[in-house]
Amino acid sequence: MYSFEIESPTSVADAVAALGKEEAQALGGGQTLIPSLKARLAAPSVLVSLKNIDEIKGVSVDGGTITIGGGTTHATVAAEVGGAYPALADLAVNIGDPAVRNRGTIGGSLANNDPSACYPAAALASGATIVTNTREIAADDYFEGMFTTALEEGEIVTAVRFPVPEAAAYIKFEQPASRFALVGVFVAKYADGVRVAVTGASEDGVFRWSEAETALTSKFSADALDGLSLSGDGMISDLHGSGDYRAHLIAVLTKRAVKAAA
Amino acid sequence: MTKVTMTVNGKAVSKEVSGNTLMTEFLRDELHLTGTHVGCDTSQCGACVIHVDGKSVKACTMFAAEAEGASVATIEGMANADGSLSVIQQAFQDHHGLQCGFCTPGMVMTAAALLKENPKPSEHEVRDYLEGNICRCTGYHNIVKAILAASGQDVSGIAAE
Ligand SMILES: Cc1cc2nc3c(=O)[nH]c(=O)nc-3n(C[C@H](O)[C@H](O)[C@H](O)COP(=O)(O)OP(=O)(O)OC[C@H]3O[C@@H](n4cnc5c(N)ncnc54)[C@H](O)[C@@H]3O)c2cc1C
Ligand code: FES
Ligand code: FES
Repeated sequence: MYSFEIESPTSVADAVAALGKEEAQALGGGQTLIPSLKARLAAPSVLVSLKNIDEIKGVSVDGGTITIGGGTTHATVAAEVGGAYPALADLAVNIGDPAVRNRGTIGGSLANNDPSACYPAAALASGATIVTNTREIAADDYFEGMFTTALEEGEIVTAVRFPVPEAAAYIKFEQPASRFALVGVFVAKYADGVRVAVTGASEDGVFRWSEAETALTSKFSADALDGLSLSGDGMISDLHGSGDYRAHLIAVLTKRAVKAAA
Repeated sequence: MTKVTMTVNGKAVSKEVSGNTLMTEFLRDELHLTGTHVGCDTSQCGACVIHVDGKSVKACTMFAAEAEGASVATIEGMANADGSLSVIQQAFQDHHGLQCGFCTPGMVMTAAALLKENPKPSEHEVRDYLEGNICRCTGYHNIVKAILAASGQDVSGIAAE
């Protein structure tokens, strides 16, 4: 690793100020950033650890909305949202392993927007709102392709607001070595329609499968998806699976998600 | 360099560290606690699992500076006060839960975290919880058996494979 200093502010305001320094970068749980620092893929001069900022941690439920602080660990989400939004708790409890879940955070996952990460699928399928220190961003406007988001330099994800669906499920086809999703599909049914978000598959990162959404909005049943398929063009192709294989998995997993949710 | 202060296995320690000093480096090179192993250094294998404020974490994927003020437990603190093996360690010995022993510190620390959360786990729950701990020798069977035995459950019916 290159050398850097670590600062640990206790408020969002202090963290924003610290991030204003040249080559400063936020440190969430470090579960993605530390491996990339080891590989010298990043060379910050200062890491601003968010872990002592209590105001961005924790889960609260208010009517039909769950608000999760950006610094909340996967383990806390798994333990605390189960009553209000079981599919989201189920997603969190299947990220990595217990030690990763004890440190990795939802804000870090959404800021990183790994094309195979789980939370982007939940946020997009739920029509969540990503709250930062300066503004609120709708999930539909937030994800801008692999490892790219609408976040500006130094902007901190302080919270994520999820509208609670009537029914939902996330099905992850696990890539057994990395434990990320080879393909993951999140289906969420709301009063005004069904949303389907797919991770792990597209070269453009997480996306909504609109044909499936239309079919499922008129009939929320796995057989509504009969005959629907996606092309393998533009899908990730690597040693774990071809683009065609991933496209096929999306259709299979979407049906499974609908069955699990219904 | 910044000064960090924490308790490690109940003892207060204070040292100067660089920002990029990993917890594994701090424990092994500064405190000479070499029981915390480094298998992969990429957060895959779990040989480096320690407890920070009671929660299992991979010490290779955490900076020492992040443990400021924390209570840290490593494998060196697992034995009973009189030096005899703890229940989990004894169960690993009794049920042949280790061969080369490289993964064992991480396995024991992960097992301790599991049994604190879930004192009577099922075999499935044990296997699931060990997802981030890799063993190249045992085939896991006897590790799972040792952890079930340490939880006080009868493992006589579980055949050694
Ligand atoms: C073995 C292993 C298995 C994993 N399996 C999965 C999996 O199955 N599914 C999955 O989704 N993920 C998986 N992950 C990734 C894990 O979820 C990470 O925790 C997550 O992607 C990053 O969160 P973090 O808090 O650790 O962020 P960090 O690693 O600290 O940071 C990642 C990036 O986000 C930025 N950042 C961090 N927090 C914020 C914030 N609040 N606001 C703005 N920017 C921020 C950082 O500057 C950095 O660029 C796995 C990781 C490991 C090591
Ligand atoms: S050395 Fe930390 S997980 Fe392998
Ligand atoms: S006993 Fe050798 S790696 Fe597990």
